[in-house]
Amino acid sequence: MEEIKFNKSKEVSPFGGLKGGVVIINYGAGNIQSIKFAIQRLGYEAVLSHDEEVIRNADKVIFPGVGEASSAMAMLKSTGLDKVIPTLKQPVLGICLGMQLMCKYCEEGDTDGLNIFDVDVVKFDAREKVPQIGWNQIENLKSDLFKGIKEKEYMYLVHSYYVPINEETIATTNYGIKYASALQEKNFYGVQFHPEKSSKAGEQILKNFLEL
Amino acid sequence: MLKAIKMLTKRIIPCLDIKNGRTVKGVNFVDLRDAGDPVELAEIYANEGADELVFLDITATEQRRKTLAELVMHVAEKVNIPFTVGGGISSVEDVEILLNSGADKVSINSSAVKNPQLINDLAARFGSQCVVVAIDAKQIDGEWIVHLVGGKVPTEIRLFDWAKEVEQRGAGEILFTSMNHDGTKNGFANVALAYLSDLVNIPIIASGGAGNMQHFVDTFIDGKADAALAASVFHFKEIEIIDLKKELKNNNIAVRL
Repeated sequence: MEEIKFNKSKEVSPFGGLKGGVVIINYGAGNIQSIKFAIQRLGYEAVLSHDEEVIRNADKVIFPGVGEASSAMAMLKSTGLDKVIPTLKQPVLGICLGMQLMCKYCEEGDTDGLNIFDVDVVKFDAREKVPQIGWNQIENLKSDLFKGIKEKEYMYLVHSYYVPINEETIATTNYGIKYASALQEKNFYGVQFHPEKSSKAGEQILKNFLEL
Repeated sequence: MLKAIKMLTKRIIPCLDIKNGRTVKGVNFVDLRDAGDPVELAEIYANEGADELVFLDITATEQRRKTLAELVMHVAEKVNIPFTVGGGISSVEDVEILLNSGADKVSINSSAVKNPQLINDLAARFGSQCVVVAIDAKQIDGEWIVHLVGGKVPTEIRLFDWAKEVEQRGAGEILFTSMNHDGTKNGFANVALAYLSDLVNIPIIASGGAGNMQHFVDTFIDGKADAALAASVFHFKEIEIIDLKKELKNNNIAVRL
């Protein structure tokens, strides 16, 4: 774990004078290096942390995750982060499993989520191959997160469970059925796809988030 | 029932052979500053529209683990598309190092045949989405037989039995290389691929035999492949990825353009 002493004054931020203070929540689930590198390519610096103080003081928080929902949720609980994340005030972006864990309930591993988004995550039926792996389109875009992104832009997705469309949906994707590939509720954003792996368009979405 | 609209694209995957952190022979890019630098080549492919990359490590030295992890870190720093790392991976620890360095998926082959439980262990620990099981097989007297050590050593395992088993054990994808087709440039093993694709409900990556653009069209339509992997046709610029994708689109195959 990186030792970061946070100072609320931006002039002496741990980010070496670079814009923003981005924290990627590090709770042992997922390929967080790739997110960190993608943020670096955009000219920002990100720190990895599971420290409540560090997370609360960040300008932007990224909540990543790949793997299995109930074990990821167990890791969040063991660090107390399940109580911290829903109370954050700055923009928070859940990616892939991160977004799913922000929902009410995950069928995978029969686990409760963080209850930020008012929807349950369910499994794809076997009409299509599961997991969905590859590039699919996002459409019906409605959020500043998608500034400069065209309708039906391709994003890279890897998942076996999906979020049904609800009122918080800000993007949809078709895979056998039409589902929510991005959600927003107040300062909380979630994307099912991997912006850090989705070429230039994905980097634009990350940039939009960092500039919110 | 109405046929569901499917927008998931077919994937084009260049494969880079790596030895001691460098690309192995067979790359003919005049615009490369350093013909042996896998990171630079990877960036070029990503910019040209490759959907994913596979790095296949054939290093046989003691330092291979460290060298490969360093390479993976450099690739992850620069490349904004997903990539898979394979070659000599035989334990949960191997995979943990590679994923922590920034790899999106790992591909296991001989080690899965020798120890099938490894598939279960990896899927449970890291999720099926990052577990690609590579299968090299050769058709002998009409029967597809799994081979090891880069296709050199035959087993007694049948391809289709093994494919079903790896799916059940938690593989997220199957990378099938036909030894009969690999290197021939006469097209992919589409009959076997189509059978595989119907047999299992996880994505199939076709490998071995790419020689021209029509071969890719055929493997996506006749072979029902979800992705197609090739090396030399891309490395020697016999096929440009952008041209290939346009050709696929002209054949009503969904691609990311």
